[in-house]
Amino acid sequence: MGARITSPSMESAPMNRAAALYRSAIFKKAIMAITGMVLFGFVLSHMTGNLKIFQGAEKINHYSEFLREFGQPVLPYKGFLWIMRLGLIGAAVLHIWSAIALTLDNRRARPKNYELRRPVQMDYASRTMRYSGFIVAGYIVYHLLHLTSGQAHPDFVHGDVYSNLIIAFQNPLVAAIYVVVNILLSFHLYHGLWSMFQSLGIDHPAVKGLRRPFAATFAVVICLGFIAIPISIVTGLIQ
Amino acid sequence: MMSSSLDPSSQTSVVLDPAVPTGPIEKQWDEHRRQLRMVAPNNRRKFDVIVVGSGLAGASCAATLGEQGYNVKCFCFQDSPRRAHSIAAQGGINAAKNYQNDGDSAYRLFYDTIKGGDFRSRESNVWRLAEASVNIIDQAVAQGVPFAREYGGMLENRSFGGVQVSRTFYARGQTGQQLLLGAYQALARQIAAGTVEMFTRTEMLDVVVVNGRASGIVVRDLRTGVVSSHAGHAVVLATGGYSNVYYLSTNAMGCNVTAAWRAHRKGAYFANPCYTQIHPTCIPQSAEHQSKLTLMSESLRNDGRIWVPKDSRGRHPVDVPEAERDYYLERKYPSFGNLVPRDVASRNAKTVVDREQGVGPLKNGVYLDFADAIGRLGQDAIEARYGNLFEMYERITGENPYQSPMRIYPAPHYTMGGLWVDYNLMSNLEGLFVLGEANFSDHGANRLGASALMQGLADGYFIAPYTVANYLAGRLGETASTSDQAFVETERAVSDRSERYLSCSGSRTVDSFHRELGRIVWDECGMSRTAAGLEQAIGRIRSLHQEYHSDVKVVGSADAINQSLERAGRVEDFFELAELMCRDALDRNESAGGHFREEHQTEEGEAQRDDENYSYVSAWAWNNGEPATLHKEPLEFDVVRPSQRSYK
Amino acid sequence: MNLTLKVWRQENAQDAGRFEEHQLSDVSADSSFLEMLDQLNERLESAGESPVVFDHDCREGICGACGLMINGQAHGHRARTTACQLHMREFSDGETITIEPWRSGSFPVMRDLMVDRSAFDRIIQSGGFISVNTGSAPEANLIPVPKEKSDAAFDAATCIGCGACVAQCPNGAAQLFTAAKVGHLGAVPQGDPEADQRVVNMVEQMQEEGFGSCTNHRECEAACPKGISISWIAGLNRGYLKAKLRGVDRRS
Repeated sequence: MGARITSPSMESAPMNRAAALYRSAIFKKAIMAITGMVLFGFVLSHMTGNLKIFQGAEKINHYSEFLREFGQPVLPYKGFLWIMRLGLIGAAVLHIWSAIALTLDNRRARPKNYELRRPVQMDYASRTMRYSGFIVAGYIVYHLLHLTSGQAHPDFVHGDVYSNLIIAFQNPLVAAIYVVVNILLSFHLYHGLWSMFQSLGIDHPAVKGLRRPFAATFAVVICLGFIAIPISIVTGLIQ
Repeated sequence: MMSSSLDPSSQTSVVLDPAVPTGPIEKQWDEHRRQLRMVAPNNRRKFDVIVVGSGLAGASCAATLGEQGYNVKCFCFQDSPRRAHSIAAQGGINAAKNYQNDGDSAYRLFYDTIKGGDFRSRESNVWRLAEASVNIIDQAVAQGVPFAREYGGMLENRSFGGVQVSRTFYARGQTGQQLLLGAYQALARQIAAGTVEMFTRTEMLDVVVVNGRASGIVVRDLRTGVVSSHAGHAVVLATGGYSNVYYLSTNAMGCNVTAAWRAHRKGAYFANPCYTQIHPTCIPQSAEHQSKLTLMSESLRNDGRIWVPKDSRGRHPVDVPEAERDYYLERKYPSFGNLVPRDVASRNAKTVVDREQGVGPLKNGVYLDFADAIGRLGQDAIEARYGNLFEMYERITGENPYQSPMRIYPAPHYTMGGLWVDYNLMSNLEGLFVLGEANFSDHGANRLGASALMQGLADGYFIAPYTVANYLAGRLGETASTSDQAFVETERAVSDRSERYLSCSGSRTVDSFHRELGRIVWDECGMSRTAAGLEQAIGRIRSLHQEYHSDVKVVGSADAINQSLERAGRVEDFFELAELMCRDALDRNESAGGHFREEHQTEEGEAQRDDENYSYVSAWAWNNGEPATLHKEPLEFDVVRPSQRSYK
Repeated sequence: MNLTLKVWRQENAQDAGRFEEHQLSDVSADSSFLEMLDQLNERLESAGESPVVFDHDCREGICGACGLMINGQAHGHRARTTACQLHMREFSDGETITIEPWRSGSFPVMRDLMVDRSAFDRIIQSGGFISVNTGSAPEANLIPVPKEKSDAAFDAATCIGCGACVAQCPNGAAQLFTAAKVGHLGAVPQGDPEADQRVVNMVEQMQEEGFGSCTNHRECEAACPKGISISWIAGLNRGYLKAKLRGVDRRS
């Protein structure tokens, strides 16, 4: 550096900068963290909305209609919903892309594995991110076909969220799938939320000690919120 | 070789001239710098400078010469310049900053160093060292070295053995590491800038002399075994000390004398080889298998009290009542107490252990007790000061020093002797500069704590860059090339040597010879020496050396990584050095600093110098395997009057 | 003690390599792990076999030369300890010990247990320094450095460059090594002027060397013989992202 440092005001080629960023693992991790945050925000609000089922059919069906109408007349019917959906699809694609790209880089970084390797403090959640991620991704496709578009639902009625849910989760197998996947999701969130801070470099002493509790709390809250519904339905608490 | 003094066949003792500037000592270096020749910036890239070694002295010198624009080639046998053994220095670095306002000054540091060295060092060099000390701290801080600081943000100091001021700057117990990383990073910056070409895992195996001048080196690539030559307008050796001649020492396993010794065989004088420092605070040897001894920083003596039980009943230390303990340093040296210089502390430990008052399973140690300090300051304070050292002790011994005292014993640590250099740090072999522990000049017969880092960095950052430039200025227009026949011959000799070890097919490993050699040198040329013992040692070393030629076993080949082959050459050089150490010790019929001849002691058992007859530097010339020839550099004391050292 | 050693042997970088088993008896519990290997080597050499090659030097845990995967953990199971400071009393009599080299594409095996870690040197060369020429430093006490900052800088600067972080990381990432140097130099005011350029240069050099990426497993921190915290990695990420947002590109 020294004499060779010039001011970063830049005559530099933007392409080079883009290429450096594209290669950069830290940048990909930042993408993963930011998209993860978006997805987390969605999951949290989705879970909160879903809980309206405990207020009865009218409330939850009204809530879903509200989402479809939100933004009118500035936006067309379902306009807001589609903007959100496109944003979420974009976030999910980038999240998965960065995960795959980083995984491939990491495989290349260690062409030959150890005969014996004993992890010291990596936990179950961090170790299984890849698997929980894949399973959650597959589940999302199923979930969309199941409760959004209805193809995977035995008796789907557009707009009648309440009865769609009741019918779906009266099948114990379906309820079990939802419970298991949401537990996996919570592990994914537990490591992901904490990782998000680390990857974005958020470790100010004021927040540092709160990062783990934050991740743990929301992982548990989201998990409980989601699994409460299939469990309540399959056990007959909600009919 | 041109100079007749370098021709071994016609050697007669000469009086050496160290080329010290005249005039008042406090003006000498300034005046000298004004007179030194310089190389203009546009001419510097025309000069190739070889720097061997990447420790404090080597890395700082290579980086500084690189910054100035010379073409530097730097060599180290380690896999990275950052691993040089300077990294292991724990305690600190002295500088006459007088930040504590306790009366320190360049004069005081100079005086302490001369006295600590038992009046066997060159006044002018030491004065210059004291002056440069303050610049080192500035430089290191600017590099980001995280020295200990006060809450106000100012640099903190502590005191060290042999002095009565607090002038030691430190970075926990890892000062050497932090200073070396500073120099390493400066070097890395120059490597990136292209001014320094770095050769790692490359060992220098000989100096090439053309027309009486050091003109290059022959190296072996330790990865491939390829032997090759590098030419330079000047060669700088910064290759450390030779404590590993004792086999067990606090040095890293790779530390060796080969670079210096090969230069010695090519005509460079080896000065004061018998001045070796046995450090008082090391963990005692626990068994035969041991490969090295671990130092516990001398700074521990600031808070630890050294004692042995008055009897030899072998009780647990905690059970020995206060009245039955002998705090022998506090008793004998009330004003310095546990902070007497290293040689004094070591010798006293040997005395009590020889009297069978030693402690521990092998009765080969003395206690260093922190109970009082913990009581006074609390365990937290002690942990903050020495936590890493306590941890290290626990790891090695399995004992907890917070609960019962540490056991310590002296171990070979530093060598004050080394290649003879003049005031310009150039050896008598023209063009060969020697820096840091590898030279002999600043510490006399005993080095004070926290002075080695100071000397290595003073040489590398602030002295050699001037004096090497002065030498190069006279070489302008010459090209450095390996075309001379001397390079071919030296390469061949180096390769032949490897072949000789590999084809010997003896029965003993290199290490087994090294251990045996080390034992002889430790017993007869260690903490105390006698004429009879030294005579006998020379005979034993010679015959073991003979046996080495006929019975060493080195497996593998020379054209691949072969760590035994690397050691084989180094150990052979230790044989020749060991003999010279004994000859030097035998010649010096006095006791001074680390050289203690039992025949020469006061009634109280202190070292007794003989200034009348031995106030000189012994510079030995290689004599083709015949006993070396002694040349003398008389020591003149214009500023300090030599006196009997007293630490009472 | 009696031990069974399962040691990785590999002639050179091209060789595929294999495990070799050795029985070693009469090992003292007071020996260090490397002294135990010395014992094995002396036996091998006496029998005319080639000794196991491994890097080592200071044997007091500071030079960073030694680095062995011992029973699946970098430097063995004892926390904050290098292989040279790991003593045999930490093992039990009759135990089988598996010894492998650091495994990382960026640390090619040279022979047996010796690997090439020059990638670390190149990361430092890319910017792991403060650009101050000899002689141009101001008076040392001119710039006060708060004790907490200086202490924090030391906590990062204590890195010995051994490579255990890379070896232990499931992804072979060098984030902790790089973060420690960026963190050390960034924590003191003297390192501030070059902070952005430094982090960009070092991170992109690290990337070029082919190291993996950090997925926050915290294995590096656990393996680090100096206990360097992954907080420094958060700082590295933050520093790099901020510098990039400010438009800093790599310069050599």
